[in-house]
Amino acid sequence: MSKLKIENIVKSFGDVTVLKGLDLIVEQGEMICLIGASGSGKSTLLRSINLLEPIDDGAIWLDGDDISLPGLDPQPVRQKIGIVFQSYNLFPHMSAVENVMLAPRRIHKKSREALRPEIEQLFEKFGLADRMDHYPDQLSGGQQQRVAIVRALAMKPEIMLFDEVTSALDPELVAEVLDVLRTLKAQNMTMILATHEMGFAREAADRVCILHEGEIIEEGKPEEIFSNPKHPRSQAFLKSVL
Amino acid sequence: MIAGVSTFIVLALIVILVPMAPGWEAVQKSFFNKEVFLKTFPKLLSAFWLDVLIFLWCAPLIAILGLAIALCRDVQSPVLFPLRIFGAVYTDIFRGVPVVLTVYLIGFGIPGLGLPRPYNSPYIWGSVALVLTYSAYVAEIFRSGIESVHKSQRAAASSLGLSNSDVMRYVVLPQAIRRVVPANMNMLIALQKDVALLSFIGPVEIFRQAGVFKSLLANFTPYVGAAVIFLAVTIPATRFADYLLAKQNRERS
Repeated sequence: MSKLKIENIVKSFGDVTVLKGLDLIVEQGEMICLIGASGSGKSTLLRSINLLEPIDDGAIWLDGDDISLPGLDPQPVRQKIGIVFQSYNLFPHMSAVENVMLAPRRIHKKSREALRPEIEQLFEKFGLADRMDHYPDQLSGGQQQRVAIVRALAMKPEIMLFDEVTSALDPELVAEVLDVLRTLKAQNMTMILATHEMGFAREAADRVCILHEGEIIEEGKPEEIFSNPKHPRSQAFLKSVL
Repeated sequence: MIAGVSTFIVLALIVILVPMAPGWEAVQKSFFNKEVFLKTFPKLLSAFWLDVLIFLWCAPLIAILGLAIALCRDVQSPVLFPLRIFGAVYTDIFRGVPVVLTVYLIGFGIPGLGLPRPYNSPYIWGSVALVLTYSAYVAEIFRSGIESVHKSQRAAASSLGLSNSDVMRYVVLPQAIRRVVPANMNMLIALQKDVALLSFIGPVEIFRQAGVFKSLLANFTPYVGAAVIFLAVTIPATRFADYLLAKQNRERS
Protein backbone atom coordinates (compact mmCIF):
# COMPACT_ATOMS: atom_id res chain seq x y z
CA MET A 1 0.00 0.00 0.00
CA SER A 2 1.25 3.43 -0.90
CA LYS A 3 1.84 5.95 1.86
CA LEU A 4 -0.13 8.63 0.06
CA LYS A 5 -2.35 8.35 -2.96
CA ILE A 6 -3.85 11.36 -4.65
CA GLU A 7 -6.56 10.61 -7.15
CA ASN A 8 -7.98 13.00 -9.69
CA ILE A 9 -8.18 15.99 -7.34
CA VAL A 10 -9.81 19.20 -8.51
CA LYS A 11 -9.65 22.55 -6.78
CA SER A 12 -11.01 25.89 -7.94
CA PHE A 13 -10.84 29.35 -6.49
CA GLY A 14 -13.84 31.14 -7.96
CA ASP A 15 -13.55 30.85 -11.74
CA VAL A 16 -9.94 29.72 -11.67
CA THR A 17 -9.34 25.98 -11.61
CA VAL A 18 -5.98 25.50 -9.95
CA LEU A 19 -5.85 21.70 -9.83
CA LYS A 20 -7.37 19.90 -12.80
CA GLY A 21 -7.73 16.27 -11.91
CA LEU A 22 -4.25 15.63 -10.57
CA ASP A 23 -2.93 12.18 -9.64
CA LEU A 24 0.11 11.37 -7.53
CA ILE A 25 1.29 8.34 -5.63
CA VAL A 26 3.93 8.65 -2.91
CA GLU A 27 5.69 5.68 -1.35
CA GLN A 28 6.97 5.46 2.20
CA GLY A 29 10.35 7.19 2.50
CA GLU A 30 10.21 8.84 -0.89
CA MET A 31 11.30 12.40 -1.51
CA ILE A 32 9.29 13.99 -4.27
CA CYS A 33 10.04 17.39 -5.75
CA LEU A 34 7.27 19.33 -7.43
CA ILE A 35 8.61 21.85 -9.89
CA GLY A 36 6.88 24.19 -12.26
CA ALA A 37 6.14 27.85 -12.82
CA SER A 38 4.42 30.01 -10.21
CA GLY A 39 0.70 29.41 -10.37
CA SER A 40 1.06 25.86 -11.64
CA GLY A 41 -0.68 24.54 -8.51
CA LYS A 42 2.26 23.30 -6.39
CA SER A 43 1.28 25.18 -3.24
CA THR A 44 -2.39 24.40 -3.58
CA LEU A 45 -1.57 20.72 -3.94
CA LEU A 46 0.46 20.73 -0.73
CA ARG A 47 -2.20 22.73 1.13
CA SER A 48 -4.85 20.26 -0.05
CA ILE A 49 -2.88 17.31 1.27
CA ASN A 50 -2.67 19.02 4.67
CA LEU A 51 -6.43 19.72 4.41
CA LEU A 52 -5.88 23.46 4.64
CA GLU A 53 -7.73 23.73 1.31
CA PRO A 54 -10.80 21.51 0.91
CA ILE A 55 -10.78 19.89 -2.52
CA ASP A 56 -13.76 20.08 -4.85
CA ASP A 57 -13.43 16.61 -6.36
CA GLY A 58 -11.24 13.52 -6.21
CA ALA A 59 -9.77 11.79 -3.18
CA ILE A 60 -6.64 11.71 -1.03
CA TRP A 61 -5.68 8.46 0.68
CA LEU A 62 -3.27 8.27 3.59
CA ASP A 63 -2.26 4.69 4.46
CA GLY A 64 -5.37 3.53 2.63
CA ASP A 65 -7.78 5.86 4.46
CA ASP A 66 -9.65 8.51 2.54
CA ILE A 67 -8.76 11.75 4.34
CA SER A 68 -10.58 14.02 1.93
CA LEU A 69 -14.10 13.02 2.99
CA PRO A 70 -16.12 16.13 3.71
CA GLY A 71 -16.95 16.51 7.38
CA LEU A 72 -13.94 14.48 8.49
CA ASP A 73 -12.10 15.93 11.48
CA PRO A 74 -8.89 17.35 9.96
CA GLN A 75 -6.92 17.51 13.22
CA PRO A 76 -5.70 13.89 13.47
CA VAL A 77 -4.71 13.98 9.80
CA ARG A 78 -2.76 17.20 10.20
CA GLN A 79 -0.90 15.69 13.12
CA LYS A 80 0.41 13.05 10.74
CA ILE A 81 1.22 15.45 7.91
CA GLY A 82 3.50 18.36 8.76
CA ILE A 83 3.80 21.37 6.50
CA VAL A 84 6.38 24.15 6.37
CA PHE A 85 5.67 27.36 4.51
CA GLN A 86 7.70 29.77 2.43
CA SER A 87 7.14 32.57 4.96
CA TYR A 88 8.06 30.46 8.05
CA ASN A 89 4.91 31.62 9.89
CA LEU A 90 6.43 31.29 13.34
CA PHE A 91 4.26 32.71 16.09
CA PRO A 92 5.93 36.07 16.80
CA HIS A 93 4.77 36.31 20.43
CA MET A 94 6.46 33.07 21.47
CA SER A 95 10.09 32.08 21.79
CA ALA A 96 11.44 29.42 19.45
CA VAL A 97 11.04 26.65 22.02
CA GLU A 98 7.49 27.77 22.87
CA ASN A 99 6.65 27.72 19.17
CA VAL A 100 7.81 24.15 18.98
CA MET A 101 6.17 23.00 22.22
CA LEU A 102 2.73 24.49 21.66
CA ALA A 103 1.22 21.69 19.57
CA PRO A 104 2.67 18.75 21.56
CA ARG A 105 1.63 20.43 24.80
CA ARG A 106 -1.93 21.03 23.69
CA ILE A 107 -2.50 17.91 21.62
CA HIS A 108 -0.49 15.28 23.48
CA LYS A 109 -1.19 17.00 26.79
CA LYS A 110 2.44 16.80 27.81
CA SER A 111 4.08 19.22 30.20
CA ARG A 112 6.95 21.49 29.19
CA GLU A 113 9.25 19.53 31.48
CA ALA A 114 8.31 16.21 29.91
CA LEU A 115 8.82 17.58 26.43
CA ARG A 116 12.03 19.43 27.11
CA PRO A 117 14.56 16.60 26.52
CA GLU A 118 13.26 15.54 23.11
CA ILE A 119 12.71 19.14 21.97
CA GLU A 120 16.21 20.07 23.07
CA GLN A 121 17.51 17.17 21.04
CA LEU A 122 15.69 18.38 17.95
CA PHE A 123 17.09 21.89 18.35
CA GLU A 124 20.56 20.49 18.82
CA LYS A 125 20.29 18.27 15.81
CA PHE A 126 19.50 21.18 13.55
CA GLY A 127 22.13 23.48 15.02
CA LEU A 128 19.71 25.64 16.98
CA ALA A 129 20.66 24.69 20.53
CA ASP A 130 21.66 28.25 21.43
CA ARG A 131 18.59 29.77 19.80
CA MET A 132 15.87 28.02 21.80
CA ASP A 133 14.86 31.02 23.88
CA HIS A 134 15.14 33.58 21.10
CA TYR A 135 12.05 35.19 19.65
CA PRO A 136 11.43 34.88 15.91
CA ASP A 137 12.41 38.49 15.22
CA GLN A 138 15.80 37.81 16.81
CA LEU A 139 16.53 34.99 14.38
CA SER A 140 17.80 35.04 10.80
CA GLY A 141 15.53 33.80 8.03
CA GLY A 142 17.38 30.53 7.82
CA GLN A 143 17.13 30.00 11.56
CA GLN A 144 13.43 30.86 11.55
CA GLN A 145 12.82 28.38 8.78
CA ARG A 146 14.71 25.68 10.65
CA VAL A 147 12.67 26.40 13.78
CA ALA A 148 9.53 26.09 11.64
CA ILE A 149 10.74 22.68 10.47
CA VAL A 150 11.52 21.63 14.03
CA ARG A 151 8.03 22.82 15.04
CA ALA A 152 6.46 20.53 12.46
CA LEU A 153 8.77 17.63 13.37
CA ALA A 154 7.91 17.89 17.06
CA MET A 155 4.51 16.38 16.24
CA LYS A 156 6.33 13.34 14.82
CA PRO A 157 4.60 13.49 11.44
CA GLU A 158 4.71 10.62 8.96
CA ILE A 159 4.86 12.91 5.95
CA MET A 160 6.43 16.34 5.64
CA LEU A 161 5.35 18.89 3.06
CA PHE A 162 7.64 21.79 2.17
CA ASP A 163 6.17 24.72 0.28
CA GLU A 164 9.05 26.61 -1.32
CA VAL A 165 10.80 26.75 2.02
CA THR A 166 13.93 28.40 0.66
CA SER A 167 12.31 30.95 -1.63
CA ALA A 168 12.17 33.74 0.94
CA LEU A 169 15.76 33.23 2.09
CA ASP A 170 18.88 35.13 1.18
CA PRO A 171 21.07 32.94 -1.05
CA GLU A 172 23.70 32.35 1.66
CA LEU A 173 21.02 30.98 4.01
CA VAL A 174 19.52 28.50 1.57
CA ALA A 175 22.18 25.86 2.18
CA GLU A 176 21.49 25.48 5.89
CA VAL A 177 17.83 24.73 5.21
CA LEU A 178 18.62 22.30 2.40
CA ASP A 179 20.98 20.52 4.81
CA VAL A 180 18.04 19.96 7.12
CA LEU A 181 16.09 18.41 4.27
CA ARG A 182 19.01 16.08 3.49
CA THR A 183 19.12 15.03 7.13
CA LEU A 184 15.42 14.19 7.02
CA LYS A 185 15.85 12.21 3.84
CA ALA A 186 18.65 10.24 5.48
CA GLN A 187 16.12 9.35 8.20
CA ASN A 188 13.76 8.00 5.59
CA MET A 189 11.12 10.68 6.09
CA THR A 190 8.44 10.76 3.40
CA MET A 191 8.62 14.24 1.90
CA ILE A 192 6.96 16.29 -0.81
CA LEU A 193 8.65 19.55 -1.74
CA ALA A 194 7.48 22.36 -3.95
CA THR A 195 10.75 23.97 -4.93
CA HIS A 196 12.63 26.20 -7.31
CA GLU A 197 15.98 24.72 -6.24
CA MET A 198 16.62 22.70 -9.38
CA GLY A 199 20.10 21.68 -8.31
CA PHE A 200 18.76 20.27 -5.06
CA ALA A 201 15.87 18.49 -6.78
CA ARG A 202 18.29 16.89 -9.19
CA GLU A 203 20.63 15.77 -6.44
CA ALA A 204 18.24 14.69 -3.69
CA ALA A 205 14.81 13.82 -5.10
CA ASP A 206 13.72 10.27 -5.71
CA ARG A 207 11.18 11.52 -8.18
CA VAL A 208 10.50 14.86 -9.84
CA CYS A 209 7.06 15.96 -10.99
CA ILE A 210 6.59 18.87 -13.36
CA LEU A 211 3.34 20.73 -12.83
CA HIS A 212 1.74 22.85 -15.47
CA GLU A 213 -1.64 24.56 -15.09
CA GLY A 214 -2.88 22.21 -12.40
CA GLU A 215 -1.70 18.94 -13.88
CA ILE A 216 1.40 16.79 -13.60
CA ILE A 217 2.60 16.78 -17.17
CA GLU A 218 5.67 14.69 -16.57
CA GLU A 219 7.24 12.72 -13.75
CA GLY A 220 10.21 10.47 -13.33
CA LYS A 221 13.71 10.09 -11.95
CA PRO A 222 15.47 13.43 -11.73
CA GLU A 223 18.23 12.50 -14.17
CA GLU A 224 15.64 11.56 -16.84
CA ILE A 225 13.51 14.63 -16.27
CA PHE A 226 16.38 17.08 -16.24
CA SER A 227 18.44 15.64 -19.07
CA ASN A 228 15.72 14.36 -21.32
CA PRO A 229 12.30 15.94 -20.73
CA LYS A 230 9.65 14.60 -23.09
CA HIS A 231 6.76 17.02 -22.83
CA PRO A 232 7.26 20.26 -24.82
CA ARG A 233 6.03 22.28 -21.82
CA SER A 234 8.59 20.59 -19.58
CA GLN A 235 11.30 21.34 -22.09
CA ALA A 236 10.25 24.99 -22.23
CA PHE A 237 10.08 25.27 -18.45
CA LEU A 238 13.41 23.60 -17.77
CA LYS A 239 15.05 25.67 -20.46
CA SER A 240 13.81 28.83 -18.77
CA VAL A 241 15.14 27.90 -15.32
CA LEU A 242 18.33 25.98 -15.96
CA MET B 1 11.19 77.83 18.48
CA ILE B 2 8.66 79.25 16.02
CA ALA B 3 6.05 76.94 17.51
CA GLY B 4 6.88 78.30 20.98
CA VAL B 5 6.56 81.94 19.96
CA SER B 6 3.33 81.28 18.09
CA THR B 7 1.83 79.44 21.06
CA PHE B 8 2.86 82.25 23.39
CA ILE B 9 1.22 84.90 21.20
CA VAL B 10 -2.04 82.97 20.93
CA LEU B 11 -2.14 82.44 24.70
CA ALA B 12 -1.40 86.10 25.35
CA LEU B 13 -4.19 87.15 23.00
CA ILE B 14 -6.66 84.87 24.79
CA VAL B 15 -5.63 86.18 28.21
CA ILE B 16 -5.91 89.80 27.06
CA LEU B 17 -8.93 89.62 24.75
CA VAL B 18 -11.31 87.30 26.62
CA PRO B 19 -11.58 89.53 29.72
CA MET B 20 -12.39 92.45 27.36
CA ALA B 21 -15.65 90.77 26.34
CA PRO B 22 -18.66 92.67 27.72
CA GLY B 23 -20.03 89.70 29.71
CA TRP B 24 -16.70 88.61 31.17
CA GLU B 25 -17.33 89.87 34.66
CA ALA B 26 -20.61 88.00 34.97
CA VAL B 27 -19.10 84.85 33.53
CA GLN B 28 -16.11 85.08 35.82
CA LYS B 29 -18.38 85.46 38.82
CA SER B 30 -20.60 82.50 38.01
CA PHE B 31 -18.06 80.11 36.48
CA PHE B 32 -14.72 80.97 38.00
CA ASN B 33 -15.65 81.92 41.53
CA LYS B 34 -12.69 81.14 43.74
CA GLU B 35 -14.65 80.91 46.98
CA VAL B 36 -17.25 78.57 45.54
CA PHE B 37 -14.53 76.50 43.94
CA LEU B 38 -12.62 76.01 47.19
CA LYS B 39 -15.78 75.30 49.14
CA THR B 40 -17.20 72.68 46.76
CA PHE B 41 -14.06 71.05 45.45
CA PRO B 42 -13.48 68.53 48.30
CA LYS B 43 -17.08 67.33 48.12
CA LEU B 44 -16.81 66.99 44.35
CA LEU B 45 -13.66 65.01 44.77
CA SER B 46 -15.33 62.54 47.10
CA ALA B 47 -18.32 62.30 44.74
CA PHE B 48 -15.84 61.49 42.00
CA TRP B 49 -14.86 58.41 43.96
CA LEU B 50 -18.26 56.96 43.03
CA ASP B 51 -17.44 57.53 39.35
CA VAL B 52 -14.20 55.70 39.87
CA LEU B 53 -15.96 52.78 41.54
CA ILE B 54 -18.55 52.48 38.78
CA PHE B 55 -15.73 52.64 36.25
CA LEU B 56 -13.77 49.97 38.09
CA TRP B 57 -16.53 47.41 38.07
CA CYS B 58 -17.72 48.22 34.55
CA ALA B 59 -14.32 48.03 32.83
CA PRO B 60 -13.57 44.32 33.41
CA LEU B 61 -17.14 43.34 32.54
CA ILE B 62 -16.86 45.33 29.32
CA ALA B 63 -13.59 43.62 28.44
CA ILE B 64 -15.07 40.15 29.02
CA LEU B 65 -18.35 40.78 27.22
CA GLY B 66 -16.63 42.65 24.39
CA LEU B 67 -14.23 39.77 23.82
CA ALA B 68 -17.08 37.25 23.95
CA ILE B 69 -19.06 39.20 21.34
CA ALA B 70 -15.97 39.53 19.14
CA LEU B 71 -15.45 35.77 19.32
CA CYS B 72 -19.12 35.21 18.45
CA ARG B 73 -18.59 37.20 15.28
CA ASP B 74 -15.60 35.09 14.33
CA VAL B 75 -17.05 31.57 14.69
CA GLN B 76 -16.33 29.49 11.60
CA SER B 77 -18.69 26.56 12.12
CA PRO B 78 -21.91 26.75 10.09
CA VAL B 79 -23.80 25.22 13.03
CA LEU B 80 -22.94 28.24 15.12
CA PHE B 81 -23.93 30.75 12.45
CA PRO B 82 -26.73 32.17 14.65
CA LEU B 83 -24.01 33.33 17.05
CA ARG B 84 -22.47 35.42 14.27
CA ILE B 85 -25.84 37.02 13.55
CA PHE B 86 -26.35 37.68 17.25
CA GLY B 87 -22.93 39.34 17.48
CA ALA B 88 -23.61 41.53 14.45
CA VAL B 89 -27.08 42.59 15.64
CA TYR B 90 -25.76 43.29 19.13
CA THR B 91 -22.96 45.57 17.98
CA ASP B 92 -25.25 47.34 15.50
CA ILE B 93 -27.88 48.09 18.13
CA PHE B 94 -25.68 49.22 20.97
CA ARG B 95 -23.37 51.27 18.82
CA GLY B 96 -26.35 52.83 17.08
CA VAL B 97 -28.18 54.13 20.16
CA PRO B 98 -26.80 57.17 22.05
CA VAL B 99 -25.33 56.10 25.38
CA VAL B 100 -27.58 58.44 27.34
CA LEU B 101 -30.65 56.84 25.74
CA THR B 102 -29.50 53.36 26.68
CA VAL B 103 -28.87 54.57 30.22
CA TYR B 104 -32.39 55.99 30.38
CA LEU B 105 -34.14 53.04 28.83
CA ILE B 106 -32.38 50.42 30.91
CA GLY B 107 -31.93 52.51 34.04
CA PHE B 108 -35.60 53.43 34.26
CA GLY B 109 -37.13 50.62 32.24
CA ILE B 110 -35.88 47.54 33.99
CA PRO B 111 -36.42 48.65 37.59
CA GLY B 112 -39.89 49.61 36.33
CA LEU B 113 -40.63 45.91 36.01
CA GLY B 114 -41.17 45.98 39.76
CA LEU B 115 -37.95 44.32 40.84
CA PRO B 116 -37.49 44.08 44.61
CA ARG B 117 -34.69 45.92 46.37
CA PRO B 118 -31.75 45.91 45.91
CA TYR B 119 -32.18 44.63 42.36
CA ASN B 120 -33.87 47.82 41.22
CA SER B 121 -30.82 49.94 42.02
CA PRO B 122 -29.87 52.49 39.39
CA TYR B 123 -26.26 51.61 40.14
CA ILE B 124 -26.83 48.13 38.79
CA TRP B 125 -28.91 49.03 35.76
CA GLY B 126 -26.96 52.16 34.94
CA SER B 127 -23.80 50.07 34.96
CA VAL B 128 -25.50 47.42 32.85
CA ALA B 129 -26.34 50.10 30.28
CA LEU B 130 -22.72 51.26 30.16
CA VAL B 131 -21.44 47.70 29.91
CA LEU B 132 -23.83 46.88 27.06
CA THR B 133 -22.93 49.99 25.07
CA TYR B 134 -19.20 49.89 25.62
CA SER B 135 -18.84 46.18 25.06
CA ALA B 136 -20.34 46.70 21.60
CA TYR B 137 -17.55 49.15 20.77
CA VAL B 138 -14.87 47.07 22.45
CA ALA B 139 -16.10 43.99 20.55
CA GLU B 140 -15.49 45.80 17.28
CA ILE B 141 -12.01 46.77 18.44
CA PHE B 142 -11.20 43.18 19.37
CA ARG B 143 -12.63 41.99 16.08
CA SER B 144 -10.43 44.36 14.11
CA GLY B 145 -7.47 43.06 16.12
CA ILE B 146 -8.41 39.45 15.39
CA GLU B 147 -8.74 40.21 11.70
CA SER B 148 -5.39 41.99 11.67
CA VAL B 149 -3.60 38.74 12.53
CA HIS B 150 -2.54 37.37 9.16
CA LYS B 151 -4.38 34.27 8.05
CA SER B 152 -1.08 32.50 7.50
CA GLN B 153 -0.75 32.44 11.30
CA ARG B 154 -4.00 30.54 11.57
CA ALA B 155 -2.97 28.23 8.74
CA ALA B 156 0.36 27.49 10.42
CA ALA B 157 -1.34 26.76 13.74
CA SER B 158 -4.08 24.59 12.20
CA SER B 159 -1.54 22.70 10.14
CA LEU B 160 0.07 21.47 13.37
CA GLY B 161 -3.21 19.83 14.26
CA LEU B 162 -4.37 22.37 16.85
CA SER B 163 -8.11 22.73 17.37
CA ASN B 164 -9.83 25.94 16.27
CA SER B 165 -10.24 27.06 19.86
CA ASP B 166 -6.55 26.44 20.61
CA VAL B 167 -5.59 28.35 17.47
CA MET B 168 -7.65 31.28 18.68
CA ARG B 169 -6.53 31.11 22.29
CA TYR B 170 -2.81 30.56 21.86
CA VAL B 171 -1.98 32.05 18.48
CA VAL B 172 -4.52 34.64 17.35
CA LEU B 173 -5.78 36.30 20.54
CA PRO B 174 -2.41 37.01 22.18
CA GLN B 175 -1.34 38.87 19.06
CA ALA B 176 -4.72 40.53 18.50
CA ILE B 177 -5.11 41.80 22.06
CA ARG B 178 -1.65 43.35 22.11
CA ARG B 179 -2.38 45.24 18.92
CA VAL B 180 -5.58 46.82 20.21
CA VAL B 181 -4.34 47.95 23.62
CA PRO B 182 -4.06 51.62 22.54
CA ALA B 183 -7.55 51.61 21.01
CA ASN B 184 -8.98 50.05 24.15
CA MET B 185 -7.18 52.63 26.30
CA ASN B 186 -9.13 55.29 24.43
CA MET B 187 -12.36 53.42 25.16
CA LEU B 188 -11.46 53.40 28.88
CA ILE B 189 -10.98 57.14 28.80
CA ALA B 190 -14.34 57.63 27.10
CA LEU B 191 -15.95 55.31 29.64
CA GLN B 192 -14.53 57.28 32.55
CA LYS B 193 -16.30 60.36 31.20
CA ASP B 194 -19.54 58.61 30.34
CA VAL B 195 -19.95 57.32 33.89
CA ALA B 196 -21.28 60.85 34.53
CA LEU B 197 -24.32 59.95 32.42
CA LEU B 198 -25.54 57.78 35.28
CA SER B 199 -26.37 61.00 37.12
CA PHE B 200 -29.50 61.18 34.96
CA ILE B 201 -31.02 58.14 36.64
CA GLY B 202 -30.08 58.80 40.24
CA PRO B 203 -26.59 58.11 41.59
CA VAL B 204 -25.07 61.21 43.15
CA GLU B 205 -21.76 61.04 41.38
CA ILE B 206 -19.66 64.05 40.56
CA PHE B 207 -21.81 65.55 37.82
CA ARG B 208 -24.99 65.35 39.89
CA GLN B 209 -23.14 66.62 42.97
CA ALA B 210 -22.00 69.59 40.94
CA GLY B 211 -25.61 70.13 39.87
CA VAL B 212 -26.74 70.10 43.48
CA PHE B 213 -24.14 72.75 44.37
CA LYS B 214 -25.13 74.81 41.35
CA SER B 215 -28.75 74.94 42.54
CA LEU B 216 -27.71 75.56 46.11
CA LEU B 217 -25.23 78.34 45.43
CA ALA B 218 -26.70 79.68 42.20
CA ASN B 219 -23.23 79.37 40.70
CA PHE B 220 -21.75 77.31 37.86
CA THR B 221 -18.26 77.04 39.31
CA PRO B 222 -18.82 73.47 40.63
CA TYR B 223 -19.14 72.33 37.02
CA VAL B 224 -15.76 73.85 36.29
CA GLY B 225 -14.42 72.03 39.35
CA ALA B 226 -15.86 68.77 38.04
CA ALA B 227 -14.26 69.40 34.64
CA VAL B 228 -10.90 69.99 36.33
CA ILE B 229 -11.19 66.66 38.14
CA PHE B 230 -12.07 64.80 34.96
CA LEU B 231 -9.17 66.41 33.12
CA ALA B 232 -6.78 65.48 35.89
CA VAL B 233 -7.57 61.85 35.10
CA THR B 234 -8.18 61.86 31.38
CA ILE B 235 -5.22 63.96 30.22
CA PRO B 236 -2.54 61.67 31.69
CA ALA B 237 -4.51 58.65 30.48
CA THR B 238 -4.75 60.07 26.96
CA ARG B 239 -1.04 60.82 26.90
CA PHE B 240 -0.34 57.28 28.04
CA ALA B 241 -2.55 55.86 25.27
CA ASP B 242 -0.77 58.02 22.70
CA TYR B 243 2.56 56.83 24.04
CA LEU B 244 1.51 53.19 23.71
CA LEU B 245 0.30 53.81 20.17
CA ALA B 246 3.50 55.57 19.16
CA LYS B 247 5.55 52.77 20.69
CA GLN B 248 3.58 50.17 18.78
CA ASN B 249 3.96 52.04 15.50
CA ARG B 250 7.71 52.25 16.06
CA GLU B 251 7.89 48.51 16.72
CA ARG B 252 5.97 47.67 13.59
CA SER B 253 7.97 49.84 11.22
